[in-house]
Amino acid sequence: MLGLNSRDFKLFIVVCLMALAAPILLNPFPTASALGESFNAGYPALMQRFVIFGILVIGFNILFGLTGYLSFGHAAFLGVGSYAAVWMFKLLSYNVVPAIILSVIVAGLFAVVIGYVSLRRSGIYFSILTLAFAQMSYQLAYSVFTPLTNGETGLQVYNDDPQILMGANSPTSPHFFGLEMNSQYTLDISGWSFVFQNGYYLSAIFLILGFYLSIRIFRSPTGLMLRAIKSNQTRMSYTGINTKPYMLAAFVISGMYAGLAGGLLAAMDPLTGAERMFWTASGEIVVMAILGGVGTLIGPVLGAGIIKYLENIVSKINDSILHQWFAFMPDWLEGVLVTIIHPFIGKGWHLTLGLLFMAVVIFLPGGLVQGGQKIGGLFRRKKTDDAADGAKTPAE
Amino acid sequence: MDAFILQILNGLDKGSAYALIALGLTLIFGTLGVVNFAHGALFMIGAFCAVTLQKIFGISFQTIDDTQTDFLGNPLKVDTPYIEAWFGPEMGMAIQDWSVPLAILLVIPVMFFLGWVMERGLIKHFYSRPHADQILVTFGLAIVVGELIKAFYGANPIQTPAPDMFLGTVDVGAWLGMDSGAVAYPKWRMVYFAFSLVTIGAVFAFLQFTTFGMVVRAGMADRETVGLLGIDIDKRFTFMFGLAAAVAGMAGVMYTPILSPHYNIGMDFLVLSFVVVVVGGMGSLPGAVLAGFMLGILQSFASMNEVKAVIPGIDQIIIYLVAIIILLTRPRGLMGRKGVMEE
Amino acid sequence: MSKSNFSRRGVLKTGAIAGAGLALPTYLSAASHAGYTNAPTGSSVKFGFNVPQTGPYAEEGLDELRAQELAVEHLNGIGDGGMLNTFSEKNLQGDGILGKKVEFVTGDTQTKSDVARASAQSMIQKDGCVMINGGSSSGVAIAVQGLCQDAGVIFMAGLTHSNDTTGKDKKANGFRHFFNGYMSGAALGPVLEKEYGNERQAYHLTADYTWGWTQQESIAASTEALGWTTTQNVLTPVGAGDFSSYIAPILNSGADTLILNHYGGDMVNSLTQAIQFGLKDKQVNGKDFTIIVPLYSELMAAGAGSNIQGVFGSMNWNWQLQDAGTKAFVKSFGEKYGFPPSNAAHTCYVQTLLYADAVTRAGTFNPCGVAEALEDFEFDGMGNGPTSYRGSDHQCFKDVLVMKGTDNPTNAFDTLEIVEVTPRAQVEYPVDHPMFAGGDLGTCNPGA
Repeated sequence: MLGLNSRDFKLFIVVCLMALAAPILLNPFPTASALGESFNAGYPALMQRFVIFGILVIGFNILFGLTGYLSFGHAAFLGVGSYAAVWMFKLLSYNVVPAIILSVIVAGLFAVVIGYVSLRRSGIYFSILTLAFAQMSYQLAYSVFTPLTNGETGLQVYNDDPQILMGANSPTSPHFFGLEMNSQYTLDISGWSFVFQNGYYLSAIFLILGFYLSIRIFRSPTGLMLRAIKSNQTRMSYTGINTKPYMLAAFVISGMYAGLAGGLLAAMDPLTGAERMFWTASGEIVVMAILGGVGTLIGPVLGAGIIKYLENIVSKINDSILHQWFAFMPDWLEGVLVTIIHPFIGKGWHLTLGLLFMAVVIFLPGGLVQGGQKIGGLFRRKKTDDAADGAKTPAE
Repeated sequence: MDAFILQILNGLDKGSAYALIALGLTLIFGTLGVVNFAHGALFMIGAFCAVTLQKIFGISFQTIDDTQTDFLGNPLKVDTPYIEAWFGPEMGMAIQDWSVPLAILLVIPVMFFLGWVMERGLIKHFYSRPHADQILVTFGLAIVVGELIKAFYGANPIQTPAPDMFLGTVDVGAWLGMDSGAVAYPKWRMVYFAFSLVTIGAVFAFLQFTTFGMVVRAGMADRETVGLLGIDIDKRFTFMFGLAAAVAGMAGVMYTPILSPHYNIGMDFLVLSFVVVVVGGMGSLPGAVLAGFMLGILQSFASMNEVKAVIPGIDQIIIYLVAIIILLTRPRGLMGRKGVMEE
Repeated sequence: MSKSNFSRRGVLKTGAIAGAGLALPTYLSAASHAGYTNAPTGSSVKFGFNVPQTGPYAEEGLDELRAQELAVEHLNGIGDGGMLNTFSEKNLQGDGILGKKVEFVTGDTQTKSDVARASAQSMIQKDGCVMINGGSSSGVAIAVQGLCQDAGVIFMAGLTHSNDTTGKDKKANGFRHFFNGYMSGAALGPVLEKEYGNERQAYHLTADYTWGWTQQESIAASTEALGWTTTQNVLTPVGAGDFSSYIAPILNSGADTLILNHYGGDMVNSLTQAIQFGLKDKQVNGKDFTIIVPLYSELMAAGAGSNIQGVFGSMNWNWQLQDAGTKAFVKSFGEKYGFPPSNAAHTCYVQTLLYADAVTRAGTFNPCGVAEALEDFEFDGMGNGPTSYRGSDHQCFKDVLVMKGTDNPTNAFDTLEIVEVTPRAQVEYPVDHPMFAGGDLGTCNPGA
């Protein structure tokens, strides 16, 4: 279906449903309950980040997952895309269409230049080259290029910007031909409230398209070629195939995904800062991909979701919330539990992240997807056993 | 001229820090074939050994002084370090004053032990895994170490001064026959430079002139054959990991008076030291040292006002720019071997 | 073909939801009928404390958090009431605000604009906060201020010293209690003149980003007015660590004064290293070489240790002030946490109380009402003497402190001493001052 085999198609449908129903799925607890206040993630700003970083990591996975080339400077494309989008807002109008188009194009061009140079080396030399380019972009954007990037403060739209396409009644926040990104519809059902926001759905549609495209690339002859390069590049070149154009194509596509993500970030929230390009931001992309499962289709989306969840939800849990949770316990037990959990929440969420990440790399080299498969495997074996039993029983 | 000499000195000083870290990193890579992203964290643990020793020397008992009041108006609690009570105020102060150099004695066994534990406990399981996995697991470890340090010591930089006798400057200009005072350089930075030369020399001598070092070098060149000769090369490589950790730790301790340690210096140095190693060529010890000093000196010159006036912001990107140029002209860095880290 | 049906249904579903979004684009939230974002409906009201808990300014952020928790306790009638007893307005009785109990949520800005905005968005969209308070850098303050303007909640800025926060980036929903670069310059000028005379050659090292630039501009202007010359302004990368290659050229540049426009870890390192290079012991042009750090904080002073002795700088507030408000605050903070509060903590504490008081006077949590109540409102008893927030740019005007590193510290908290309390009149400036030009306050936005 849609040019996909049945397994991929099922996966695609699952992703579609998850993306479209996220405002409901991510709010499992009643809004006012203690669990809801702490763990619900179904508010627009975070859902947008889930899907946008999902797009970013899907793109990264096309490069790293297929070719094995580890780019440590991928955040540069995200940053460049955001800058391009905000400039479109400043110069033309708040319409997101030109902004997103330009962000993809600019990031693509940027990727052509960096890719052309970096792909002349492989292995860690490639990683260091991409890292060096990204760090240079960051440093310059933070200081010397301030007229272009507004430096530390971040590029944003001011009332006196040209905005030449802006009519008298045009919306004053990003919009899709009049449909404002930040307008939303709230559905209140007995204690639950679900927020459906235009901006989120625009991003979700791009995620679905991006995911579809990535499946097609994975299953295409080019995808096969890229995998072949991963397993043995030397052999590929001995067979007379020029691998360079394939690699560059993967790199540029991956950069354009990042540019799209950057443009969407700006479209959801029209401000962008240089720290989007810092090397730790690139590191975070790598972490997301590994955590979810490199080279798998769904892994990157999962990884991005988990990191953003930790960053936004766990970092907000503080001691007084912990005390609320354990208030029903005897004082000493409450104290002990709070003391044990304290280092891992709130300001310690990085520690949780680091430990989780190490555990995944050590025990699940294939990421959480592999973990899921293992569990699924156990379950399936049991089921087949049952089935075997079932088959036996009537015979007796 | 004096400005020129000063920047050369600055470059050598920066370079010695880069070279020391890169040396350990490339040593680990050359022996064990592991890309250790936690090496910056080892440097940081070293630095915090100095902080810890300073804290230990500062452990105090409290006495209440009724004649004075604290900021709330309560009687003032006076802290007296035990060390001053035991050895007398003067000796106690002197020990505290020397806590950074004394930390070297602490850091060698501590780092050696940590390196050994890290290799046996974690890295060992990653020999057969792809380099990307090694990078990732050590990167995760670096995050965890940084966060643990933050949990114990906070996020602020902690002042760890050098002993009083190393405060002030040396009149380098006078040695070179220039006007006195034209080139004055901080004493501790001279000490750091000398220390790094000695350490680098010692590592090279150890590898070059001892039987143990010879076996290790043989193992670096061809691990299998050495193994077939009935030599337990793994044990020696574990030792080298400990040694590399100890070198990083010592570099960290000695650097604390120059740069007040905080929980993120490991990450700050990580990227830099990797660029240095790659520019020098993965697995090449002389390459790492050469690249360290070269990048240090280039960075110092790029920071000069005369240079910045021509190319604004060059001081911020010079390292990366040089790395790109070198890698494009010399595919394996300055002194890298063929076939290393290219799969 | 059943599959095909399935996918068509998916498409229809998408269309339906998009259609719902089209049909009802303006019903923003449940509380929209109240006319402003996140109008509190129950018996409580929620504040968002958005401070750096990780990253270079984490300690400062945590101190802000302590002060904010203390403020909430005082508003809810727990503890000794702190500055509520000395505040010139007596509307707050310790029974919450307008009868609603005050609750709060915390978030981590990591001192990154992006993350700070994400955290503030979650406070507004998920937790229903009516006010965001705190922060420890100008870039973040400006980013979050813009967000709060668009979302329709009040933003109280925390520690931000750049002229831009209430200059070219000012916003109608944002207020700043902290002082700024211009005020530092204006306060330091006369003291420096008295101490060091009119003929100095100043060499600036400036952190290469917007805050550094605005502070350098302010300090250069005020010292040049004294007759000093600015020999050189060198921009240094943020987080450089080793500043030796920027410090070495100062030795023979002919300058006799070094002005460090650095903050946080950069300042600790550059000051320490400058002293290692022997700058403080030098004699140039027949004068003792001097170092000036225009913006001080207690945590930086602690980090720099003995290097800070005799170095002049400025501060928004200090716990050693002797007015009743300061004493009350230091007492309740000190008794709860065991050490004196920092000036970042003071700013966030005062902002919380002031916001609460403005709500009470306005009789509503509507940001437009609150903003109107805060604008040009004169008050006293919160440290720093008579204070007001100027209506035309939302900058707070009050006395500013000139500080000096204590020469012979007697205990761990005794790092800085107050040299002069610069009266408010001396640091005031017209709203159209060129250093603050180009901004547009806009009109207050109640959201929804």
